[in-house]
Parts: sequence; structure tokens; C-alpha cells
Amino acid sequence: MVDLSQYLPILLFLAVALGLSSAFVFLPMLVGRLTGSHKPDPEKLSEYECGFPAFEDPRSQFDVRFYLVAILFIIFDLEAAFLFPWSVSLGEIGWAGWTTMMIFIFELVLGLIYAWKKGALDWE
Amino acid sequence: MTSFIQSYLGTGFGWFVAHLVYILLIALPLMLAVAMIIYADRKIWAAMALRRGPNVVGPLGLLQSFADGLKVFLQETIIPSAANKGLFLLAPIITFTVALMAWAVIPFDAGLVLADINVGLLYILAISSLGVYGVIISGWASNSKYPFFSAMRASAQMISYEVSIGFVLISVILWSGSFNLSTIVMTQKGYYGDWLGGLGLNGHAFNPLLFPMAIVFFISALAETARAPFDLTEAESELVAGYQTEYSSMSFALFWLGEYANVILMCALNAILFWGGYLPPIDWAPLYYVPGIIWLFAKILFFFFVFSWVKATVPRYRYDQLMRLGWKIFLPLSLFFVFLVSGFLMLTRYGAAG
Repeated sequence: MVDLSQYLPILLFLAVALGLSSAFVFLPMLVGRLTGSHKPDPEKLSEYECGFPAFEDPRSQFDVRFYLVAILFIIFDLEAAFLFPWSVSLGEIGWAGWTTMMIFIFELVLGLIYAWKKGALDWE
Repeated sequence: MTSFIQSYLGTGFGWFVAHLVYILLIALPLMLAVAMIIYADRKIWAAMALRRGPNVVGPLGLLQSFADGLKVFLQETIIPSAANKGLFLLAPIITFTVALMAWAVIPFDAGLVLADINVGLLYILAISSLGVYGVIISGWASNSKYPFFSAMRASAQMISYEVSIGFVLISVILWSGSFNLSTIVMTQKGYYGDWLGGLGLNGHAFNPLLFPMAIVFFISALAETARAPFDLTEAESELVAGYQTEYSSMSFALFWLGEYANVILMCALNAILFWGGYLPPIDWAPLYYVPGIIWLFAKILFFFFVFSWVKATVPRYRYDQLMRLGWKIFLPLSLFFVFLVSGFLMLTRYGAAG
């Protein structure tokens, strides 16, 4: 059984870090109202576009290759997730475990080669 | 110190107060270090460009970052009318929280670590992956063109290099046989000690099988923290100021603080994973009289200097070059080294088990 009390300081750290960063975000808003620097007007609150009104909706189409990168990331990061437990238990699982993982990596390399040949990795 | 405080305040509350003190002892000096390292960064670029850099506020300009901090603190927080207000304010909080949290498992010296968990490296990987959320939420919630494009670029860049960082870490874990960062540091002790007459070298980077991974990790660290030459997320001529374009006041500063905290973290990880962490560079007894924390800080500062050096001298990559480097060079290379390192270990260390 893993001793979860080791993780308590991390939980406490999360609370402290959240508190600190929330204070950094919300205190200046309060201070701005007290010092009088808080003076919003419609022009100031419009989105940034080099001095003229924006032409189109910013949340418009974007390149599909960003999706491809995200999907490839999921594949390879999951592969890494399988490799992590394997890497610390290599001494116990021996050659059988090593060979199995090498076959697994080889299959993923085939996937990488396929994506490469399909041009999914090209950004020209 | 925990037991000392517990003797006064009782077991539960004493533990709480002691660990709160430890956390503040990490978080507050870290923020101070970020302020000073921004100053150091500017001074180093200035020196390399034959300029003076900040030299007005305080002696030698040392207080420049604090003056900047006070200035942004007193400025108005502008929330654009088109923005999603909740997410807009949440993004800097996430960025900074995540940048602080990773330090919970960094060993500053033998036994000097806040949470000595056995999956420390996995925790670091998980926490640094969460940094993407701050970036993408800020870009989306701004509801503005440039932050949105920048956030897309930044998140694609971060996840691309995270893949190769993951495989580099696997090589290190294979060699050290543990996720625990203190164990990883201790397994780097005394490389070639038998040949060099007891004066071994401390650091996985002296291992020819891991040295290329140290280089890959260093370059990936530059890309992961969006430092030059991979600072495409804030390429001024294309994207104004990157995903924090719409931010102002301290929310804007939090992205900077988080970015620099991540830079220091990456420098620390370089030192811990490949260059012996808190061990002196040479396994020679008199060097151990210098406290380990000094060695670690010296290594962090050295790597930070290299980060600045690169930023001052190397021209920016194009986006297709960045993606080619990440996916077509680093990923196959780090995969091949996972094969190489694990195969070598099977032949030399674990072969008898099969």
C-alpha cells in the first residue's frame, strides 16, 4: 500500500499556490478601484486590432494540422505512459518483457512513418 | 524542524504549520529568484549586444524587476468586453499555480525535498503538461485574433516537444531504475570511478548513451518554455505579444512570472537529470564540503546563462522548422535511444534475469 501522506504537502502547496496567484490577479483589481486607475471605456475594452475595428470573428477557422498534432500527441504520449512502468520493472520482466515492448515500439514507429509519408508532419 | 514545531503545536497542527513554512520557503524565494533572473536575463542580453541594460533603479539596476512589479500592480486590470471573463481571469492563475507546483518534488540537497514521492518525475511531467491549459484558455478566452493564433501555436509546440521529453525521461529512468528524483541524482554518482582512480564524474551526461539525450532535453526545454530560438508564440512581427496580448496589470505579469519560473524549473531539471543535481561535478571528497544546494544553484545559474546566451545569439526558427525538428528528428532519435539504452541495460545489467 502506497503511503499517501507523502502527497499531503503537495496538496498544501496547491492551496498556497492557488491562493498566491489568485491574490496576484484579484488584488490589483481592488487596488485599481481604490487608486482610481480603474476607468474602463468601450474603446479600451474592445479587442486588440492595430487601431481599427476587427474585420472578422476571431474564433473563425484555423488550420486542421493543429488537430493532427494533437491527435499524434495523444498516440505518442499514451505510448510513453505504457513505457513508464515498463522502464522501472525491466529487471523483473527480463528479455520477454523487453522484446514485447520493442515490438510495441516498432508498431508505433510504423505509425509514425505512415503519418510522415501522408504528410501529417509537414508544415510547408 | 517538523518535530520541533510539533512539540509546541501538537502533531496535526504542528505538521501543518511546519509544512506551510517549508512551502513558503520554496515559493517566496522562487518568486524573488524569478525577479532577479529577469534582471539577469536583461543584463546578459544587453552585455551581448554591447548595451548597458537596466542600470537606473537601485544599485546597478538591481531593483528594476521590483519597480516593474510595483508598476504593473498599480495598473488597471482591463478585461475586454468580448472576453469570457471567468476563463480570462482563470488562465493566469492556472499558469502561475502550475509553475509553482512543480517545485514541490525538486530535491535541493540530500533529503532536502518537500514531498519525496516515489513518482517524482512522473509528477513533474504531469504538472508541466498542465501548463498547456493556461496557454490555450488565455488564447481562447481573450476572444481576439492574435492571442488565439498564438495560443494554437504555443500549445502545438508545447505538446510536440513534450513527446520527445517523455522519451528522453524514459532513457534516464531506465538507467536510474527509479522515478524518485533523489534516487536519480544519487545514481549519477561516480561515473568511471574505477578508471579515474576514485575521482569519478557525477552526472548522467558523462554517459555516452545518455549524453545525446542531455542535448535533446536541453533543446526541448528551450522549446517547451517557448524561449528563443523557439519563441514563435510571441513573434512580435506576426503576433503582437502572443497569447497574453489582451492582458494587463498583474495578470499579464503572472504569465511572465510563470514563464520564468518554468525556465528556472527546466534549468533545474537539466541539472538534476543529467548533470548530477546537488552533487559536485567530480566525485572528490573535499568538494562535498560545499553544501549540495550551492552546487545545484550553480548548475541552475549556468544553464540559465546558456538559455540567455542562446536567446541573445540564435535567430528565431520558422514554424515548419520547429515542427520538423520536434517530430522528424527528436522523436525518432529519442525513440531509438530508448531502444539503445534498454538494450544495453538488458545485455549488461538485467540479462541474467531472463
